[in-house]
Amino acid sequence: MKPSRIWAWLALAVGALYFALPLIGTIEFSLRMRRGVYSFDAYRAVLSDPQFRATFSFSVFMALMTIVLGVLVIAPTAYWVRLKLPRWRPIVEFITLLPLVVPPIVLVFGYIRLYNTSSWLPLTGTAGGTNLLLLAGYTVLALPYMYRAVDTGLRTIDVATLTEAAQSLGAGWITIMARIILPNIMVAILSGAFLTFAIVIGEFVLAALLNRPAFGPYLQVLGANRAYEPAALAVITFAITWACMGLIQLVTRLQKHTQVPR
Amino acid sequence: MAFLDITRLEKFYGTTHVVKDFNLAVEKGEFISFLGPSGCGKTTTLRMVAGFETPSSGSIRIDGRDVVNLRPNQRNIGMVFQAYALFPNLTVAQNIGFGLKVAGRPRAEIDERVREMLGIIHLPELGGRFPFQLSGGQQQRVALARALAIRPKLLLLDEPLSALDAKIRVSLRQEIRAIQKKLGITTIYVTHDQEEALSMSDRIVVMNAGVAEQVGDPFTIYNRPATRFVAGFVGTLNALDAIVTDPATGSITLDGQPIRLNRPIDAAAGASIGLALRPETLALGPRPETDGSLRGTVRDVQFLGSVLRVRVALDGQVVALDSFNTAALRPPAVGDAVEVSFATADVLVSDG
Amino acid sequence: MAAPAPTARSWAWLGMLPFTLFALMFLLVPTMFIVVGAFRAEGGGFTLDHVMNLFTPSILAAFSISIRISLASAFLGCVIGFAVACSITVGGLPGWIRGPLLTFSGVASNFAGVPLAFAFLATLGRLGLVTVFLREWFGINIYALGFNLLSFWGLTLTYLFFQIPLMILIVTPALDGLRREWREAAEVLGASRAQYWWMVAFPILWPTLLGTLALLFANAFGAVATAYALTGSSLSIVPIVLFAQIRGDVLQDPHIGYALAFGMIVVTGIGNAFYIWMRSRAERWIK
Ligand SMILES: Nc1ncnc2c1ncn2[C@@H]1O[C@H](COP(=O)(O)OP(=O)(O)OP(=O)(O)O)[C@@H](O)[C@H]1O
Ligand SMILES: [Mg+2]
Repeated sequence: MKPSRIWAWLALAVGALYFALPLIGTIEFSLRMRRGVYSFDAYRAVLSDPQFRATFSFSVFMALMTIVLGVLVIAPTAYWVRLKLPRWRPIVEFITLLPLVVPPIVLVFGYIRLYNTSSWLPLTGTAGGTNLLLLAGYTVLALPYMYRAVDTGLRTIDVATLTEAAQSLGAGWITIMARIILPNIMVAILSGAFLTFAIVIGEFVLAALLNRPAFGPYLQVLGANRAYEPAALAVITFAITWACMGLIQLVTRLQKHTQVPR
Repeated sequence: MAFLDITRLEKFYGTTHVVKDFNLAVEKGEFISFLGPSGCGKTTTLRMVAGFETPSSGSIRIDGRDVVNLRPNQRNIGMVFQAYALFPNLTVAQNIGFGLKVAGRPRAEIDERVREMLGIIHLPELGGRFPFQLSGGQQQRVALARALAIRPKLLLLDEPLSALDAKIRVSLRQEIRAIQKKLGITTIYVTHDQEEALSMSDRIVVMNAGVAEQVGDPFTIYNRPATRFVAGFVGTLNALDAIVTDPATGSITLDGQPIRLNRPIDAAAGASIGLALRPETLALGPRPETDGSLRGTVRDVQFLGSVLRVRVALDGQVVALDSFNTAALRPPAVGDAVEVSFATADVLVSDG
Repeated sequence: MAAPAPTARSWAWLGMLPFTLFALMFLLVPTMFIVVGAFRAEGGGFTLDHVMNLFTPSILAAFSISIRISLASAFLGCVIGFAVACSITVGGLPGWIRGPLLTFSGVASNFAGVPLAFAFLATLGRLGLVTVFLREWFGINIYALGFNLLSFWGLTLTYLFFQIPLMILIVTPALDGLRREWREAAEVLGASRAQYWWMVAFPILWPTLLGTLALLFANAFGAVATAYALTGSSLSIVPIVLFAQIRGDVLQDPHIGYALAFGMIVVTGIGNAFYIWMRSRAERWIK
């Protein structure tokens, strides 16, 4: 027992060092803007940059839309597969895992070629169309996580019984989905949503290649031209990611307390 | 000196005293059961013998050798767990041969032993299957074969049948006992099922709250329980209160009805004592061969298959009795006035 | 549940329509379009020319360094992540460490892209905290010693920041799935700890480990943002070459883009095929 415990502590210590140093380094760097003293100048500069606000709100908006589209596409599908088409399950699972195999850059390349201005569906021709494409791309990126989260949520409730009970009371499909299934898997959906938010908010490749004014490309441009602001932004992004993960834990824990033990 | 000798064994988890002054001497080839309610320390005691837990104090000797400081893989013990302990990535044959393989035995010996073991557990065809392809009962048999394949000095089983359904439980326990007798292997069997313990064991250790309350053969445990706990835990029991009228002749009154036990009672006249009677020692109606009787009215009748359990209300207290269910005899009806007869020798007396 | 009425059944697939349509339009068809494009000649018709054009020294070098970085970061991520996961599950570390560590892993595994590059620049860049610290306190100039953040090892080190936590997140549940009875049964049968790990635990974990390796590989291989923000276009790994192609920064054969993308799919595809193959071999004992 003893030697293995020493190794465990050692592994942990090395790991902690590796993960703490970049964070400390970034924070320290972000405070160095004013010569000789630590200050929040970098943060001030970033937050007062109108471009920061514009790109950040654009990305937040896209993230929220991605969550909505993701839920609309995935939740009914996962439910339907569980209830009526268990044979589709391997296919659907395979498709939802594909985005982990097909690199995003390949995906967006396909979009650009397939939906360019001279194609049958010239989505890239207008800003609105490109936004739609970006939204679809983000939803694809979120697919593996969202589907897993929702499917796990569905596994913990008895889909068939709930549906039959609702049907016997005269509820239609929309009602069943909106009033029965969704509230029951809300925690799973929220977990997936926060994860999606964390992925989308700083995403770079899709936004850059589709030429949308999102937060990721803004970060990159800033990084190429400034010294201290990027570090401040990295700290902010890290905080946002942390908040998302914290929220996932929070909702999961809340659910544990409110759920009736079975 | 006994084959397995446990003396003054104690175990604390932090401040909780889980096993208290546990002493046991097991002869070679004996089948011992640990019986007791959940949380009484059966598993803990067994795991100390196996070497997974370190005793807080006390000694454990196997074949004359103190094993307390030996690691589990040095003790040469076979162990069967409650469930799901087969290695899922190995076939049945590989599972059974595991112990020999890690000991570096030659291939031929392993194959031979595996074949022998598969024969003993009556699954000669299943060597190539993976555990998930077996039923629960088959899995436990394979687990038994795996434990026996290393020819252990001692076999430990921790509720090996509790995850199985009732039918298989009965047939498998007979099989386990038969194999144990055939191999003559010293065995400790943990269970909370009294029927299992009574039907399989040479001796039973009844445990309660970390204490071995009584050690004895099934007959003694059932018919001569040493403590009230043993009497209550093993079998069903009517616990009744009575008043002593004459301690010398053993005369008492039970809900106003006089009974004479014909043996002295260790209590003063007028004192209250506890009586205990097994349902199967009571009979409905007068019987010439018995010397005790009580009158009451039938409260309810439970149909338990081959047996009827009838509960008879006295003046305040209730006694339950078992009578065989025969088609010729009509069961008593609720409200009938009946006489209950018994042998006074079967009445267990405890104070208070 | 009662079997659905025949009519209801025959229409059940309709419920899959939105998802199928979405997947086709935004995942399957665009990907296929690239694959087909890699083999389509200028005026239509089949050609291998574009794919052949991949076999030029510069592109082969890009693939080579990409694959090596991805393999190194995936492999190291697996090994280190596994060690950490072991230390919090079976290593006997106190229980309170586990929760925060898993939360942190969740954060770090999603902290990729441009901000991650900033973080490493601020730490190991020429003016980074650690670089300066080592130089001023110990007189060690890591850049003079040959270290460069914009290199194979620099990028690998950076990728590990999300690879290790991802491994921890995936493998911890798998380690929890190792039943205590297995270890104890092995032990009581005379096996040493090493024998238990070698004969029981690893074979059981194998599919998970391989799957995670493939996932980590694809994860690193497709990553653009971190490398781009870190190195600009100075380090030619495949995704960056492709990025530049799409951007039109480099004016070459326009079809080379298709071929590059196709090459990327082939590499991740091979990685995953390898995984599926190994897994089917390793998982005979699962239903
Ligand atoms: N690792 C441990 N730490 C603290 N307390 C423990 C530990 N293991 C067991 N206990 C306590 O020791 C007591 C005895 O446990 P044990 O498992 O031996 O009971 P048991 O007789 O086998 O019960 P069951 O029939 O439910 O298996 C219980 O009260 C239990 O809560
Ligand atoms: Mg137990």
